[in-house]
Amino acid sequence: MTMPDSAHSNLMVPSTHEGDVILSVRDLSVAFKTDDGIVQAVSHLSYEVKRGQTLAIVGESGSGKSVSSLAVMGLLGSGNSTITGEVHFDRKELIGASKDDVRQLRGLKMAMIFQDPLSALHPYYTIGKQLAEAVTAHSNVSKQAARERALEMLNRVGIPSAEKRIDDYPHQLSGGMRQRVMIAMALINDPELLIADEPTTALDVTVQAQILDLLRDLQKEFGTAIVIITHDLGVVADMADDVIVMYGGAAAEQGPVREIFYQPEMPYTWGLLASIPKDGDEGQLDPIPGSPPSLIHLPKGCVFAPRCTFKHLVPDNACATSRPDFSQTGPNHAARCHLTIEQRQTIRIDRKIGK
Amino acid sequence: MVPFIIRRLIVMVGMLFALSFITYVLFYALPVDPARLSCGVHCTPMAIAANRERLGLNDPFFIQYLKWIKTIFVGRSYGSGYVAVHCPVPCLGFSWNREMMVTAVIGSVLPVTVYLALGAFVLWMVVGVSTGMLAARFKGSIFDRGVMAISLIGFSLPSFFIGLVILIFIVVRWHWLPYPSYTPPSVDFGKFVGAMILPWVTLAILYAAYYTRLTRSQMLDTMSEDYIRTARAKGLPEKVVVRKHALRAGLTPIVTSAGLDFAGLLGGAIITEKIFGLVGLGSVAIRAVEDLDLSMLVAITLLGGFFVVIANLVVDILYAAIDPRVRVK
Repeated sequence: MTMPDSAHSNLMVPSTHEGDVILSVRDLSVAFKTDDGIVQAVSHLSYEVKRGQTLAIVGESGSGKSVSSLAVMGLLGSGNSTITGEVHFDRKELIGASKDDVRQLRGLKMAMIFQDPLSALHPYYTIGKQLAEAVTAHSNVSKQAARERALEMLNRVGIPSAEKRIDDYPHQLSGGMRQRVMIAMALINDPELLIADEPTTALDVTVQAQILDLLRDLQKEFGTAIVIITHDLGVVADMADDVIVMYGGAAAEQGPVREIFYQPEMPYTWGLLASIPKDGDEGQLDPIPGSPPSLIHLPKGCVFAPRCTFKHLVPDNACATSRPDFSQTGPNHAARCHLTIEQRQTIRIDRKIGK
Repeated sequence: MVPFIIRRLIVMVGMLFALSFITYVLFYALPVDPARLSCGVHCTPMAIAANRERLGLNDPFFIQYLKWIKTIFVGRSYGSGYVAVHCPVPCLGFSWNREMMVTAVIGSVLPVTVYLALGAFVLWMVVGVSTGMLAARFKGSIFDRGVMAISLIGFSLPSFFIGLVILIFIVVRWHWLPYPSYTPPSVDFGKFVGAMILPWVTLAILYAAYYTRLTRSQMLDTMSEDYIRTARAKGLPEKVVVRKHALRAGLTPIVTSAGLDFAGLLGGAIITEKIFGLVGLGSVAIRAVEDLDLSMLVAITLLGGFFVVIANLVVDILYAAIDPRVRVK
């Protein structure tokens, strides 16, 4: 990932080729018309994902992380949503492209897995049929060939005795197995990009690590770029090369994973990091006070200001009156905050934020 | 699948027995004396007492119930000597008012009720489900809103109103059709349809309105399911998403309603039958109530319940065939 206006490659992970960006999102905004008013679900989001790398999008519920990915996949439906900005996937512009063009990419070049694998799989069809369907949707192969490919993928994602389970219905599998099936289905056409929307949230803790391991293995094997949406910073630390912290529909901070964890630049990210349970916390968590903003009436100033404990450090009440720009703090690191670089540094040292 | 059906069959038999018992209790509790009914005009207290003994009305209640059940399965004779009439299996009793076997009366009017229910059923399912699907497909359009408004009206109007309006305009005012007079389809199919079309439409309007709304909401619910999003994420064309993924799941709950509504109609459509002068189970039931014809009432109630229980079984089997979560554990 790079900043929109920065052509430099990521410092963290050396890229193999220049320009092997698979997904480039620029200035993406999504608004929904509702009876209560216009919901600005995503505002001016920009990011890039390179082949074989992982971008994590972190945020609370309603921060726009899922909506932005559904917009990339063309899964929002044209009903009441307005999408603006640019989404370049494999050098094709998706926003404004015909529905059928985007559909042909879906499942073939870009795939998605969802939070709850039980509701995401059709209850009436065997997993074999559902996997084979993903193959035949994009190529003219025989049913038998599609089934063989399905079996191959089920074996690959670690379904035990896959040749028997292939004729099982989703309700006959455990949650972890279902998510493996979803992963097999998403990767069956060897896509360039996989969007994983909270892939472990609905699973048992013991299974979560297995699923993440599986994703990482498959990524290594197939070179798939992954966008992982999560609210779990453990998952971020585990998986991501780059991170976007979203708040109120916009990126609050984005940068390489190491910098986000070791040199976070704004109070919301500090709050997120402080709310991770640590050794020696004696059961005391440190939550961020308040609750996320309504996306219908966003505050005029910084969207995080109402919950920010540092806003008094900024002169002229600027946090309440003007929205901070997304300002570069490192080669690929940017944050939205009115605090000066020096102020942030002092706070980090005082509060032992980052390491 | 087979053990599932066997399980359901056992439950069904149990339900039928429970139903027969409850029905019998209800009518046993009515303040009507069958011994008096079977006695005729010139009746003496002695004759009533004799009848009472002959009909087994002095037996304990449970014995009477068992005898009644036994009669259904083995038949019996009424009267004695040269006036004796045999009631063959399934014997549901003798109607003293009509001086006929209950089964014979029911057998003669059942076709009318079945044709009425079947025709209306086909009509309302075709119209209701297809309109509902179109309304869901074009949700929010003028078509959708129009259909919803019309169906609300159709749904709110009682059948005696719809039936009478149809009768007054189409038959009496405009003479488009003659006044319905029932002809069996085997005699003259054209006349049969001519007589049945108005009652069919009357019943169908009521149900089609409901099924339009049901189908629309089912389809809209299904289209917002996660697995529909998955189907789209696979890159399936929208046509396939709707036909293969949404339709089957969306229409399943409609099967349940349809089965039970159809069975309910088989028990007799009293008002529609009355308006169009059809003699089906509904009319017979009304007359049985007026005449306090106990055995007839018990039989019709039991038959109506029987239809519902059977429909339940059929619906359960269909459901299991459609939804593997019911079938495969």
